[in-house]
Amino acid sequence: MSVVSTGATGSTERPTGTSLESATAPVSASIPLLVTSIGLVAVVLISTAIGPADVPIGTVFEVLLSHVPFVHVHTSVFSQAIVWDVRLPRVVLGGLVGSMLAAGGASYQGVFRNPLADPYLLGVAAGAGLGATITIVANAGSTALLPMAAFIGGIAAVTLTYFVGAKFGGRSSGTSVVLAGVAVAAIFTAAQTFLQQQHAQDLQSVYSWILGSLSGATWSDVWLILPYVVLSTAVLLAHRRLLDVLRLGEEEATSLGIHPQRVRLVVVIAATLGTAAAVSVSGLIGFVGIIVPHLVRLTTNASYRVVLPVSIVGGAAFLILADLVAHTVAAPAEVPLGVITAMVGGPFFIFVLRSRRAQRGVL
Amino acid sequence: MVSAVTLEPSNGGIVELRHIVVKYAVAVALRDVTHDVARGEWLGLIGANGAGKTTLLKAVARLIDYEGQISVDARETSELTRREFARLVAYVPQKPEFPPEMRAIDYVALGRVPHLGYFGAEGPHDRLRCGELLERLGLAVMAERHLATLSGGELQRLVLARALAQEAPVLLLDEPTSALDLGRRVEALELVDELRLERELTVISAMHDLSLAAQFADRLALLAAGAIVAVGTPAEVLVEDVLDLHFGTKVRILRTDDGELVVVPRRTNPKGHHA
Repeated sequence: MSVVSTGATGSTERPTGTSLESATAPVSASIPLLVTSIGLVAVVLISTAIGPADVPIGTVFEVLLSHVPFVHVHTSVFSQAIVWDVRLPRVVLGGLVGSMLAAGGASYQGVFRNPLADPYLLGVAAGAGLGATITIVANAGSTALLPMAAFIGGIAAVTLTYFVGAKFGGRSSGTSVVLAGVAVAAIFTAAQTFLQQQHAQDLQSVYSWILGSLSGATWSDVWLILPYVVLSTAVLLAHRRLLDVLRLGEEEATSLGIHPQRVRLVVVIAATLGTAAAVSVSGLIGFVGIIVPHLVRLTTNASYRVVLPVSIVGGAAFLILADLVAHTVAAPAEVPLGVITAMVGGPFFIFVLRSRRAQRGVL
Repeated sequence: MVSAVTLEPSNGGIVELRHIVVKYAVAVALRDVTHDVARGEWLGLIGANGAGKTTLLKAVARLIDYEGQISVDARETSELTRREFARLVAYVPQKPEFPPEMRAIDYVALGRVPHLGYFGAEGPHDRLRCGELLERLGLAVMAERHLATLSGGELQRLVLARALAQEAPVLLLDEPTSALDLGRRVEALELVDELRLERELTVISAMHDLSLAAQFADRLALLAAGAIVAVGTPAEVLVEDVLDLHFGTKVRILRTDDGELVVVPRRTNPKGHHA
């Protein structure tokens, strides 16, 4: 399915019934999914083993096994603390956030039929940024409320975007909603910048949240966003075939018995909810929602049956890897995660864009 | 040629239009269109640009709001769910979208969507249907090719295959041949005609080329300013004075030795005499 036929027109008629069976099989995500899954496992193990204190891969396995019910493996308190309490929550959180941002990006691109759409398009990021800034400014020091405030801010911004876009926009176009998102994001960002300038002493912590980081991640962060991410990605995955129908455009999808607006609304709500939850604990990590789905499209297939599941696994691997770079490249200092995703992702993305598949107009 | 119509729902494909009115924001696009299309009939919609051909097709396809009643096999279409409706009526727009990276077989498989549940996937039966259609339309060799690599004529056959995969008794075609060269045009229309006879499809198509419309359609409906101004067999509708009036130019209608009607537009000022 991923082999590109370069335009050679077969002149001989295919014998009836023989290879038709293979040709009519639906696009399959199994091979790319297998490859990215292997990559994900490798990245998880490496990330858990690497850090200021070296932990052998074998010990990582032992610690992991010791948490499997009914399995008794002896591990030291020290390696338990390093692997299970410090490194693993960070890796798992990175994986969840990466999955969510990538799946959200792929879905937004499908729903708005715009290759530049990402989960931040409708104002989630600006709303979450304002919510976070208000919390930081209001009670400097305590950040317990920050995820909740960011989550509420993100949802509020998107709700406003939808209200404005649906109220003033045309009946059958996503464009007005996207434009409303631009306006709402600008207003929220302006408010956030104003607050930030008024409280210059908090500039550092506001900025470090905005640039995104997974440092200090705990299991409670993981439990906080897990239900949202699972629910959201499940809904998005369930719509992968309908996203393919939407690729035909409004009219043709309608004449195939689909309600494009209904599908779009459900997908956008699911993607937004999951994204708001993800950024509430990770900050605004850019680029993942654009780069990962496009990498999948360019290297495998543009069908959402492939793009969505592979992006979910690949997004996790990508962000865990980026976070590994973020806290090792300038250790003991941490580089903001958003800087890494853009610095690593950008050039790689440009490299992929030069490929023949990209030039044939896959995007 | 089509006369007696038996109103049996099981027959499939009888389309009845009653007092169809479509209003756009600034203008009335269709005013009181009433017409019946018999099962297995090919109705050609002709008329100048803006006369209402596409609007009428879209109203029948339930893609725009209309007043009046449209029924297929005596079932009021506005009361059907979209899925039920999509199993009765297939619609091919003037400029279909062809996602460049989609495989031909996956494109055709989208036609099975009305037969699947919301979260359903195609089963072996659906895939077999799509494979058969590709064979039938001579596209089996390109089943796994991407749409970007197919020619205009191949894409035209492919979009027909997708519409046929819906297994709907009524097929709506909006200018099915506008993007094709002369040879491909005849090919595509002949294919539609063969499939219509094979599967007893009712075809309603908007057609620009009047000579081809005369050769393929059983009946023609001439639209002007949102109303049907003439309807009947091609010989009844294609009359010089009528066409002159509604197309705003002079035409000459010739009859070939085989009895085919040929509509030739004529320039209004003679060659070499510019005003």
